[in-house]
Amino acid sequence: MTPGAELTSPEAPLFDPTAPLTATGNLRRRDGVDRAVRVGATLAAAIGVAMLALVVFSVVSKGASVISLGFFIHNPVGLVSGGIGSYLLGTIEIVAIAALVAAPIGILTGLYLTEFAGSRSRTGQTLKLALDLLQGVPTIVVGLVIYGLIVIPLHQPSGFAAGIAVAIVMLPLMARSSQEVLLLVPGTLREAADALGVSRWRTVLTVILPAASGGILTGAILAIARGAGETAPVLLADGSGFNPAVTDLNPFHAIPSIPIYILTIADEAIPNAFAHAWGAAFVLLVIILVANVVARALFVRSRGKMLAS
Amino acid sequence: MRGGGETGDLVLYGLCALAGLVVLATLVEVVYQLIGNSNLAIGHFGLGFLGHQEWNPHFGRLGAATLIYGTVVSSLMALVIAGPLGLSIAIYLAMLASPRVRSVVGPLVEMLAAVPSIIYGLWGLVVLVPFIHSIEPGLHNVLGWIPLFGPPQTTGFSIFTGGLVLTFMILPIISALSRDLFLTVPRELREGAMALGATQWEVIRGVVLPSTISGVSAAMVLALGRALGEAIALSFIVGDVSQINVSLFAPGATLAERMANEFLGTSSNLELAALWYCGLILLVIGLITSLLARLIARRFDVERAYARAVAV
Amino acid sequence: MTVWGSTEERAPDDQPVPGRVRLRTDAIPAPTIASRRTQGARINDARPVVFDIRDMSVYYGSNRALMGTSLKIRRNLVTAVIGPSGCGKSTFIRSLNRMNDAIPSFRLTGEVLYHGHDVYGPTVNRAEVRRRIGMVFQKPNPFPKSIYDNVAWAPRNLGLRSGLDERVERALKHAALWDEVKNRLRSNALGLSGGQQQRLCIARAVAVEPDVLLLDEPASALDPVSTAAIEDLMHTLKSRYTIVIVTHNMQQAARVADQTAFFSLDRVEGVGTLIEYGDTETIFRSPQDSRTRDYVTGQFG
Repeated sequence: MTPGAELTSPEAPLFDPTAPLTATGNLRRRDGVDRAVRVGATLAAAIGVAMLALVVFSVVSKGASVISLGFFIHNPVGLVSGGIGSYLLGTIEIVAIAALVAAPIGILTGLYLTEFAGSRSRTGQTLKLALDLLQGVPTIVVGLVIYGLIVIPLHQPSGFAAGIAVAIVMLPLMARSSQEVLLLVPGTLREAADALGVSRWRTVLTVILPAASGGILTGAILAIARGAGETAPVLLADGSGFNPAVTDLNPFHAIPSIPIYILTIADEAIPNAFAHAWGAAFVLLVIILVANVVARALFVRSRGKMLAS
Repeated sequence: MRGGGETGDLVLYGLCALAGLVVLATLVEVVYQLIGNSNLAIGHFGLGFLGHQEWNPHFGRLGAATLIYGTVVSSLMALVIAGPLGLSIAIYLAMLASPRVRSVVGPLVEMLAAVPSIIYGLWGLVVLVPFIHSIEPGLHNVLGWIPLFGPPQTTGFSIFTGGLVLTFMILPIISALSRDLFLTVPRELREGAMALGATQWEVIRGVVLPSTISGVSAAMVLALGRALGEAIALSFIVGDVSQINVSLFAPGATLAERMANEFLGTSSNLELAALWYCGLILLVIGLITSLLARLIARRFDVERAYARAVAV
Repeated sequence: MTVWGSTEERAPDDQPVPGRVRLRTDAIPAPTIASRRTQGARINDARPVVFDIRDMSVYYGSNRALMGTSLKIRRNLVTAVIGPSGCGKSTFIRSLNRMNDAIPSFRLTGEVLYHGHDVYGPTVNRAEVRRRIGMVFQKPNPFPKSIYDNVAWAPRNLGLRSGLDERVERALKHAALWDEVKNRLRSNALGLSGGQQQRLCIARAVAVEPDVLLLDEPASALDPVSTAAIEDLMHTLKSRYTIVIVTHNMQQAARVADQTAFFSLDRVEGVGTLIEYGDTETIFRSPQDSRTRDYVTGQFG
């Protein structure tokens, strides 16, 4: 251990310590830079919020005029009048199918990653890689795949195909969020169950899943919000062949959906129909934004509960 | 009781493993479908497809060069804008905003990711395209010496407009991920820097940014991947014109939007196979960006935060 | 002479061993304590005042953490702040260079006069305060950069770019780290041991030649050998800097400090407060307050 070098007599100090505590040396300039950065960052945040406001404002101002109870309930008459009843039902049906498929598989995958495959195991890493890659597949490609896999064999587009396509988009999200939440479940709960000699499956079913239920529900709502707005996979799986004037709930037929409705109007550029397109967009946006807010609130609450336990 | 426990455990394991297999099988099926259905086009065009600039279905002369160009240029433009903007927002949220402000502004910016692409498409078509059309002459006057800002076209449908819409879509990914990363820098490190008489910006520049550079880079790659694969929003914005033009104001086309626009209305098997071929190219691009992001990010937190950000 | 405490029989958490124990002077590395401490109350009192703290109270929200504290810290002396945990020592020292400003609910009343200027005055520039009053923290916190860049970072910010190599070398020498790292200045600082990292943090702090060095329990996370090295540094550094060191280790204060301030929890309100302040010798040998006596003789933890 080397002793501290004896300090030679101090040279002229770099500053006068008795001077007032205002900026000396180059601090004035550095403070100027700092201030510029602060202004820039605040401006950037304002721009970000403004961007959202811009889009939301457009949707609300252009779409609010057609909103009425009838808009929700009635089916469209042609493209220019009536409501979006059948489109709304169709979207709900497609999203329901997607959720029924993606949620169990996603949760079970999350369970597999937390209960059976350690974070270092090869199967665990492979599965995580597969989830990452699946999430990176563009949604239009998912649509293509479902077209080849389901639409062609069935010889027609269908709500079912759309549901499966959206499920593929939702699956990595559900698996990841479930895994995250399951990881947060305190190990003490598992240990307590083990000590009592409870079998694994019972522990999972009665202890772990309930503890994680809030977070899993949050993940499901967010995934559903995402799925409700998906257009590309639905376009290729269920993009035509439906009659929106009639309420057809059979998923193996082609059924209408809100994103396709908006797409058709935008594509064919029928001027009078745009108000309806905006109305449909308004409904879709409200559903998605409300779902997001609810999910966030749920997440905060469930996390609080879990950390407190 | 014991016996029931064991079968129960086995059933649970079986279900979970099955779910995992479904995930893997889905991925495999995706690759299988794409390769299988594009076979005709691959056989016919080979790799030259990537360099060929025509898209003429009636004469069977098809090539993805213009599409690849449009995809790359529009996405890069979005990244160039959203990158610095997103980082600045993240700096604001993580370092400058009070917790109360952060809890409001943060989610607001994240909501940009919640807006579905169809709504961005509709908004872009009705609001942005006419707007850009009106400012294009002005921009050209000021910036026209840069070949990127060439003479304005007759409509506002252009790569430029497409790039702008993509910016809206990928900004939240960059800002949310970067903000999360900045917040993970330990307080002791920041305090150590502050205690040396550094300004807030110097602390960010010297400690926060260098510590998070790998995560931030991965976030940028993920954002780029998102932009590269976007189909619906661009389908009524870029013009769907197969051309390569230096000027951003010229209309163009991307792989994803061409697929969305043409798939249901192809005139020949070859054209259909060519679209599958485009899908294959797009899949490869998507897989590469995912892998690249994983490679860069040394922390799992980046991916988890991404899942949260895009689930919004 | 006798100093209460022991270097050998140390309780696991470094609390004083109950009961009086006499120190064996042969257990202390030379030179002895007596010669290292600046002796004499009269000599100390003549030194110029660096910090004049007047009735300082600290609040976190509505909770008072520190009660009206008044003391003077003098130039080129080592002033130790001792006391049981939770009595506000850290709060006190961090208030001297405005490090507590980062805590949203932090509020300070009274005056902290540094060379006559109130550190919390309206025109005060925080970065300037911290430039003059440096700090080393309890847990070593080197930047994830090279050893060289760690030390050179702040000087670069300050525009001291010429002679940077010499400045880095000098700082590392003053922190007694130069010989150990001179051949690997470009290697990552995180590869150093805990004791070396802490000395690096000290080098980092002295590289900009501040006026005051605040040390918040600098050796509490370190092994005894590193601790001894850091204590040695106090004696060489004080010829150039005014040093305030917080320590929960009484014996350490006895070894390195010229002045000692004893903080404890107020009997009535349970708020941290200054009990007694004076020459280290006086505090340890003939404390005025019974609470001080109880603490330094180890009657309570």
